[in-house]
Amino acid sequence: MIPWGDAMLVSCHDLRFGWDEGDAIVLDSFSVARGERIFVRGPSGSGKSSLLGLLAGVLVPRSGHVRIEETIVSSLSASARDRFRADHIGYVFQQFNLLPYLSVLDNVLLGCAFSLRRQRRAGGSLVVRQEAARLLAALGIGDARMYERRVTELSVGQQQRVAAARALIGGPTLLLADEPTSALDTDARDAFLRLLLLECDRAGAGLVFVSHDIGLARYFDRVVELSGPSQRAAPCAS
Amino acid sequence: MRIVTLAWHSLRQRRLAAVLTVLTIGLSVWLLLGVERLREDARNSFASTVSGTDLIVGARSGPVNLLLYSVFHLGDATNNVSWQSYREIANLPEVSWTVPLSLGDSHRGFRVVGTTGEFFQYYRYGDDHPLSFAQGHTFGDLYDAVIGAQVARQLGYRVGQPLVIAHGFGGTREMLHADKPFRVAGVLEATGTPVDASVLVSLQAIEAIHVDWQSGIRLPGQEVSAERARRMDLTPKSITAFLVGLRSRLSSFAVQRAVNEYTDEPLQAILPGVALSQLWSLVGTAEAALRAVSAMVVLVGLGGMLTALLTTLDERRREMAILRAVGAPVRTVFRLLLLEAGLLAAAGVVLGVLLMYLTLLVLHGYLASRWGLNLSLGWPRGEEWLLMASVLLAGLCAGCVPAWIAYRRSLADGLRVRL
Repeated sequence: MIPWGDAMLVSCHDLRFGWDEGDAIVLDSFSVARGERIFVRGPSGSGKSSLLGLLAGVLVPRSGHVRIEETIVSSLSASARDRFRADHIGYVFQQFNLLPYLSVLDNVLLGCAFSLRRQRRAGGSLVVRQEAARLLAALGIGDARMYERRVTELSVGQQQRVAAARALIGGPTLLLADEPTSALDTDARDAFLRLLLLECDRAGAGLVFVSHDIGLARYFDRVVELSGPSQRAAPCAS
Repeated sequence: MRIVTLAWHSLRQRRLAAVLTVLTIGLSVWLLLGVERLREDARNSFASTVSGTDLIVGARSGPVNLLLYSVFHLGDATNNVSWQSYREIANLPEVSWTVPLSLGDSHRGFRVVGTTGEFFQYYRYGDDHPLSFAQGHTFGDLYDAVIGAQVARQLGYRVGQPLVIAHGFGGTREMLHADKPFRVAGVLEATGTPVDASVLVSLQAIEAIHVDWQSGIRLPGQEVSAERARRMDLTPKSITAFLVGLRSRLSSFAVQRAVNEYTDEPLQAILPGVALSQLWSLVGTAEAALRAVSAMVVLVGLGGMLTALLTTLDERRREMAILRAVGAPVRTVFRLLLLEAGLLAAAGVVLGVLLMYLTLLVLHGYLASRWGLNLSLGWPRGEEWLLMASVLLAGLCAGCVPAWIAYRRSLADGLRVRL
C-alpha cells in the first residue's frame, strides 16, 4: 500500500470546479503517489478534462486545493502556475499534439523550451538534442532521417509517440495524458502504452491517464472512476 | 527555442500568404517612400530653380507674379523696366552683377528670352549648379540663339539649325520675324528649370528684330533688312526684368528697399527664395493629397496583413493549446502573434526600401537627363525614418487585434480545444 504524507506526488482535497453555475467536478480526495500510474475513467461530462486542467494548473478550483509535491499549485499566481507546468508536467493530447511548422525533433524539444529546469535535466542545451533522439528511439522512432521531417508526414501512431517524447523530455514529475490512444488501433495502442509506461518508469514520473477504454486498465496501478458531480468519485483498487 | 524561432517557423509554414502579405506591404511602403522622396526632391529642385540670385527686379505688381513671368515664363509683365533705371540700379555700389531679361517673343510655343552672355555665367540652379553647354557655345553673332534641353529634344534641333522667332505668342504667318532668321549656336544641358524650355538670344537681337516694329505691328514700308540692322544702335530702351547678384547677402534688404522706393518709375525687388516658397505653398494642397493617398495605400496593405492573420486564427487554436500545455504563459500566445505581425511589417518595410532604391537607381539617370530632376540616392532622411517607423508601429497595432483574440481564446480554452 502506498503511504500518505510527504511521499505523495499529488494530493487534492475537497476539489470543486465548474465552468458555469453548477460544479463540473467534485472530488473529495484524489492522490497520486510518486511513480504511480493512475487510470481515470468516466462517461463524457464526468469532469475528466477538468481534472486534467486542474492538475496542469490551467484551471483553478472553486474550492479545495491541488498540491503537487510541496507546492499548492491552485493558490499560485497564473504565471507561477505556467512556470510550474513547464517545470514539472508533461501533457499528451488525444490527437494533433504537434506544431505543424516544427520538425519532429523540434517538437520534442518544445517540451523543455519554456523550462530551464527541464532543459538542465535533459542534459543542458548542448546534449538536449541527443536526449530527444534517445527518447524518440526508445518510443519506437529510431530512424534519424525522421527527425527533420515535417510532423504532418507522420502517421497518427508516430505523432502520438513524438508527443509522448515531448511530454517526457527533461523528466517531468507528473505526466498527464488525455485519451492519447483513442485514435490508435489495438496493436498500435498496446505498443504505444507499453513504451509510454516504460519511459514513465525510467523518468520516475507519476502518470494520470484518462481513457474510456477499460481494456487498458490492466496496465495501471489503480483505477479512479469519475461519475460526474452528482456522485462522489470512488477510488478503487484494481 | 525562443518565440522568434516559433514565429519564424510559423510564418514559413504559411509562406505563400506571408510572401503575399510582405509584397503588399512592401509595395505600399515603396509608394509611400517614393512619393515622399519625389516630393522632397521636387520641392528642393523647385526651391532652387534660381539659386545664387539675390534679387529679381521688375515692374511693380506682386512678388509671385514677378517670379512667375520672369523665371517661370508664365503670364506677362504688367510693365517694363526702362534701360536707364536698369543701368542706375546695376551701378549701385552693392551690386556685383546683373542679368537683364527681355521677354515677349516665342518660337514654336517656347519663350524667347533676350539676355546677355552673363546669363550663362551667373544663372545658378539647384545646389549652385551653373549652366553648361551640351553642344556649341554662347552668343557669337547677333543672330545666334542658345536653346534649352527640352527645346532641343522636342524640336530635334542641333547646333546650326536655323530658326525664326515669332512676335508674341501668336504664330500666324504675319507675326513672324521671318526677315531676320536666327541660327542655333548652343544647346544647354537639362536643368529641370524653365531654362530647359527657353530660347535665349541677345538683348541686341531682340532690339534688332523689333527695329521696324511699333506697338506690336510691323511698320509698313519701313522694313529694315537683317544686315542693315547690324549697323544700327541696338541699345534697348527697356527690358522686362533683371536678376541681381550682390557683393554681400547682408545688403539684400537695403537694396530691395532702395529699388522699392525708386522714384523715377514703380519698380519692385523680390527675394527669389521667399517668392518661391510662397509659390510652392500654392501647390501644397496637392502635395498633402498625394501623401494622404499613399498613407491610405499603406493602411490597405496592413489591412491585408490583418486579414491574413485573422483567417488563420481558427486553425491555430490547437497550436495555442499545445503551447500552453508545454508551459507557455498566455502572454506568449499574444507575443507570438504580435511578433508575426511585426516580422511581416518589418519585412514589408525592408522590401519597400529596397524597391525604392532600386527604382531610384533605374530612374536616376533618366530623370536627371530628361527632366533635370536630381533624385538623391542617399541614406533615408529623418522624415523617411519616421515614415518607416510609423508603418512598423501601425503594423504592430494591427497585429494587436489577432493577438488579443488569440489571447482571449487561449485563456478561455486552456488545454481544451473547441473547434
